[in-house]
This record gives sequence, structure tokens and C-alpha cells, in this order.
Amino acid sequence: MSKPSFIYVTYIRTTPEKLWAALTDPQTIKKYWFGITAECDWKPGSSWSLKFDDGRTADTGEILESVPYRRLVIGHWQNQFKPELNAAGSSRCTMEIEVAEHYPGSGDSAVKLTIIHEAETEQGGPLIEAVSGGWPKVMSNLKSLLETGDVAFQPKA
Amino acid sequence: MAKFKPKTVYVIFIAAPADKVWQALTSTEFTKKYFWERSVEIEPKVGGSFTLRLPDGRVNVRGKVTEYDPPRKLTYTWHVEWPEDFSKLPECLVSYEIVPAGDAVRLTMTESHSWDVPEAILSGGRVGWPAVLSALKSLLETGKAPAIKMEPPLGMIDAIRKLKR
Repeated sequence: MSKPSFIYVTYIRTTPEKLWAALTDPQTIKKYWFGITAECDWKPGSSWSLKFDDGRTADTGEILESVPYRRLVIGHWQNQFKPELNAAGSSRCTMEIEVAEHYPGSGDSAVKLTIIHEAETEQGGPLIEAVSGGWPKVMSNLKSLLETGDVAFQPKA
Repeated sequence: MAKFKPKTVYVIFIAAPADKVWQALTSTEFTKKYFWERSVEIEPKVGGSFTLRLPDGRVNVRGKVTEYDPPRKLTYTWHVEWPEDFSKLPECLVSYEIVPAGDAVRLTMTESHSWDVPEAILSGGRVGWPAVLSALKSLLETGKAPAIKMEPPLGMIDAIRKLKR
């Protein structure tokens, strides 16, 4: 049995520098991640966590790789607020930023963002199912924020 | 009808009313702006024809509408006619579902197949749909779409060449 994984690709009309800033700046993250933000210095080996608005810890992990404007890998990602997801074990998330080739005559250029979220154990099925639902919302919001200055949607309070 | 199983699913949230998203999926002029200058022609009824044309007018993909429920659900069969090698691929189903999500809508694209498709062949849709649907979202939210350069993956071309007719 292989380890479950989820891949999401999105193209954003922005620059790698602006996208990197949006992926690592706590105040920006909060805008597109539904009030959740990250605490991290984004250096390899550093601890990483996601925090709810009220200060509770949502997830924890460790920065495995960090190459500004190109690549960020968060490993040992562990859910800390839903027992059933905590029990599904840890995961690893790779974010890759590339400038997409484009047809200059027919439209704008874009940056390709690839999210690869893999379970670190074979029991990670429920976890990968949960992140498959979450990433499209977060990435759609991030894309809207960078392209229009506003997020696509907020869930009902 | 053969049994089709979902093989590739792409979900994207768009800050636009459902009827605008529907229009973007079904109008010829609109599709040219985000689908590599290809144009969609759809007969607006179940059983109607679906055609995707290249910028020079040649037919790229042909199919039949199997679900037509504006502005919620659209499904058509998808048979590639050009490039010629690709025409030996059995038809698949392409389905769009539009669901309200707060002030935005959730658009889900599902590509379903009736046979045991090799991963290499699925890779075509898996690299293509994110580019098409990202461009559609940009177009609806900002009025401008990126034009992302793309070719079918080499592994896909090889896998198709190896298929028997």
C-alpha cells in the first residue's frame, strides 16, 4: 500500500517574490486562510505551527526545506485539534513556485504554484481526504487576494 | 452507456455569480479568452452536440451533451479528434458542477473514464485543467486571463502511440 497524497496546482498572475511573501507573512496568511495564521521563522529546521484566532494551536510541524521564491517543505505536519486527524499521523507538504511559460501574444504571464501534500504513514487516508477539501479553498482565496486585493469567499461565521 | 469512473477532479472557488460561471463554460466568445483561444460550441440541450475548435477552426474535440441544467450542472462526452494520434482514445466524460459557497461559487470539474486509463494518459488532463480553470477564475474576477504555454506531456504522447486502435 502506498502513502496517500494530494496534489493541487494553481496559476496566479503575480511574481514569485509576491507569492513567497503571501505564503510566509502571518498577516497575509490570516486573510486567505480563514483567520488561521502561521508562526515560523521559515528557516530549515525551525518549528512551524498554524494558530487559530484565539491562540489555540491547529497544526504543528517543522521546516525541512526553505528556498525563498522557489520551494518550501513542511514536514512532520501534525493536526492538533481533531482527534481523528491527529490519529491519522503526520504528513509532509511541499510548495513549489515556478514562473509558467506563457504565450505573450494572447494573455498575461503567471506563476505556477504546486502543493503536494503527502501522508508520512500508510494510515494517512483521512488526513489527505481532509486536506483535499481544504487546499482548493485556501488556494482559491490566495489567488483572488493576489490578483484582486480581496479573497474569494469567507465561510459563514 | 459504458460505466464511467471519475479519475481527475479539480475544485476551484470563484468570486462570481453561478450564471456568469455557466456563461464562461458555455459561450463561444468567452471560452476563447481562457481556453488557449479554443472555442466551445454547445447545443443547449441533453443530446445536443459539443464541439471544441482550435483557433484556426479545426475540430479539436467532439462530444454530446449528457446533462444540461443551467447554472448547476453540465456534462458532455469528450472525444479528441486532433491531434490524430489522440483520436484512438475512447471518449471520456467531462462534467462541471457549480454550487454556491457564500458570496462565491465552487466549480468542480470531473473527468471520468470507462476504461483502465494509464496514468500517463491521465497526466494530460491533470496538467491541463488547472491551467484552464485558473485562467477562467482570473478572467471572471479580474477581466484578464493568463495564457499559460502548454504541450501534452511526452509520457502521454508515448502512451497513446502504444495504444491499439
